[in-house]
Amino acid sequence: MPDRFLPSEFIVNVDHQRCRRCKRCILNCGFGVFDFQNMTTADSSKCVACHRCVVFCPEEAITITRNPLAFREHASWDVGLRKAIWKQAQSPGMILTGMGNDKPWLNIFDHLLIDACQVTNPSIDPLREPMELRTYLGRKPARLEIEYDSQGKPVLRGAVENNIMINVPIIFSGMSYGSISLNAQRAIAIAAERLGTLMNTGEGGLHEELYPYANHIIVQCASGRFGVHSKYLNAGVAVEIKIGQGAKPGIGGHLPGEKIGREVSGTRMIPQGTDALSPAPHHDIYSIEDLRQLIYALKEATGYKPVSVKIATVHNVAAIASGIARAGADMIYLDGFRGGTGASPAIVRDHVGIPIEIAIAVVDEQLRSEGIRNMVSIIAAGGIRSSADVVKAIALGADAVAIGTAALVAMGCRLCQKCYTGNCSWGIATQRPELTSRLDPDWGAERLVNLVNSWSLEVKEVLGALGINAIESLRGNRDRLRSLGLDPATNEVLGVRPAGM
Amino acid sequence: MDGVRQASRSEEEVKVAELDARGIHYKELNEKIRSLIESGYEEIVLNGVNGQRYIGDGLVHNVRIVINGVPGNDLGAFMDGPRIVVNDNAQDGVGNTMNSGVIVVRGHAGDVIGYGMRSGKIFIRDDVGYRTGIHMKSYREQVPVIVVGGRAGDFLGEYMAGGIIVVLGLSSDSKDLVGHYTGTGMHGGVIYLAEEIDESKLGSEVRIFQADKTDIERLNALLAEFSDLTGLDVSKVDPRSFVKLLPVSHRPYGNMYVY
Repeated sequence: MPDRFLPSEFIVNVDHQRCRRCKRCILNCGFGVFDFQNMTTADSSKCVACHRCVVFCPEEAITITRNPLAFREHASWDVGLRKAIWKQAQSPGMILTGMGNDKPWLNIFDHLLIDACQVTNPSIDPLREPMELRTYLGRKPARLEIEYDSQGKPVLRGAVENNIMINVPIIFSGMSYGSISLNAQRAIAIAAERLGTLMNTGEGGLHEELYPYANHIIVQCASGRFGVHSKYLNAGVAVEIKIGQGAKPGIGGHLPGEKIGREVSGTRMIPQGTDALSPAPHHDIYSIEDLRQLIYALKEATGYKPVSVKIATVHNVAAIASGIARAGADMIYLDGFRGGTGASPAIVRDHVGIPIEIAIAVVDEQLRSEGIRNMVSIIAAGGIRSSADVVKAIALGADAVAIGTAALVAMGCRLCQKCYTGNCSWGIATQRPELTSRLDPDWGAERLVNLVNSWSLEVKEVLGALGINAIESLRGNRDRLRSLGLDPATNEVLGVRPAGM
Repeated sequence: MDGVRQASRSEEEVKVAELDARGIHYKELNEKIRSLIESGYEEIVLNGVNGQRYIGDGLVHNVRIVINGVPGNDLGAFMDGPRIVVNDNAQDGVGNTMNSGVIVVRGHAGDVIGYGMRSGKIFIRDDVGYRTGIHMKSYREQVPVIVVGGRAGDFLGEYMAGGIIVVLGLSSDSKDLVGHYTGTGMHGGVIYLAEEIDESKLGSEVRIFQADKTDIERLNALLAEFSDLTGLDVSKVDPRSFVKLLPVSHRPYGNMYVY
């Protein structure tokens, strides 16, 4: 059977009239599409439509189109399903993929509408009035007790837990060194510092070069405990226990040995070339009590820094979140089923978990009904694509959001979903030096700063329209949302009324 | 400081502090330990320890901690350097994710001993529970070691990525040396067992081999250290009869995916 049993996804066309044979496309493509034999040739079967060649061709000689090859339409047998069967019939194994869920599930954010003031309760003009986006992450006291000293000055009674101040309610999600390049992490770290927000190491340790940014870094402690040691735990402003990830709830992770080069090996503190296996569960956490034990082990080891617990949003997310709050966590990081990944079996990425919109609403509601909402900050991630999503997530009940995919897209990612191959032409999801060197951290940081600043402006504009002058007043304010086209049961779960009511 | 008795062993010029741990919450106890270390004490003796967790947690100092009583869970978690001696049993999570140092338990220890430890040594005189040495890993010159004088429960060395585990089986009862699923998912390091075990006890990622000359030299050295620290007589233990478990592959899950 010919190698071309599986038809190419895309067709690469080089206009030889325009091509000046500069070979930039050959140098730029991480997937080896181009070759040169008297003229530029392209192997379309390798193309992932990442556009690197298109962007760098000085003559605009390259076009990429979807393979127009016709398949007989079948409503049940989507072409993707047929291709999956051909792949697995050829070589046995789970189909691996990258980025977040690409299936056309209902996107609830796109069915929520934001309120605005008209006539009564006048809106606020953000050009004239200060708009507060500053957010404090961490445990808040149930009540404040104030005493007056001999001079009659008010003094706060009792200790308040450590909180982390961020200037915008947007942080960067955990993306490990290994899954993304050090230059990509550098860009995110520089941006986090400039923006006064946070980045997260993911489960890959903290490279020595990122220690200067430690005041803007959450360090992660996941099941593989890669690169976890006392200095690392104490470096950041908080520690995150990663239980689950939205793209792969309930399963572990395998960073293949090919990606464990000298630098990644040093940061993860494992030998070069061996697979980095993260077990599915933490083997010291089989219960909420065990989780509490690790939370306090980390607090003891770090002088009581805030501890975040990251979970994938699964069916019982509300009860789990309640357990996490009671176990002593200061933050709960909810990662929805659209969350991204460097590598996940497609079946898990596409079919396991629940949407972040629902998870935020039910967790917020559960914690409020138990009177423990103050005990944790909720960080929502996994499908935050725009400032509108930020506003809606916070109105549903989140304290802040985290962005991963959006940050990578800002740095050039075209969502080709081939992160697991390590061939990323944009120098992001790769460790190949000739590819990583093309991502300039300062260029990346500037784009990330621009993106978050743009979203901040938009969030402020909407807050003004809502007649609210602090993001805090929006949190859990579901009365300012209406749904359009959602079924009654989903409306009830979200705690949102349909438009018109 | 309250409850602290100061002393010094003049012959070695070691600054020793004794602390009565009875009725003290772990948070306070650990604060006291840290403050004693900061005041220059090199040896801290804790008396009356009764279940306080996290003793030695995250400490990076060159200090010796002697525990009289039973310490609570996560003894020496994330520890990087200290030497801890427990003159009694220990509970779960001893040496959890520790980076270096030595923990000696002159008694039994519970579950999840040395989870993810990257270096240092743990010597347990008697038996250990389930999941001992899960996901231990080595890195460059760092090679973690766990020696168990008695028996080990199920899942010994699961997901083990590096390091050395030794089980001597010197407990008085006649139960098996190790439990089920020994070495499941193991992809690095070595497990030494004092006697041949049935293959039904093993995960499918490991095979049994006889200990060779290098192994015997290594075992002799570890046995001497173990006996010295735990006080257990190992004169009847003969490393020549040991078997070792090695992973079949360093990449046991390398062929699970199609792209």
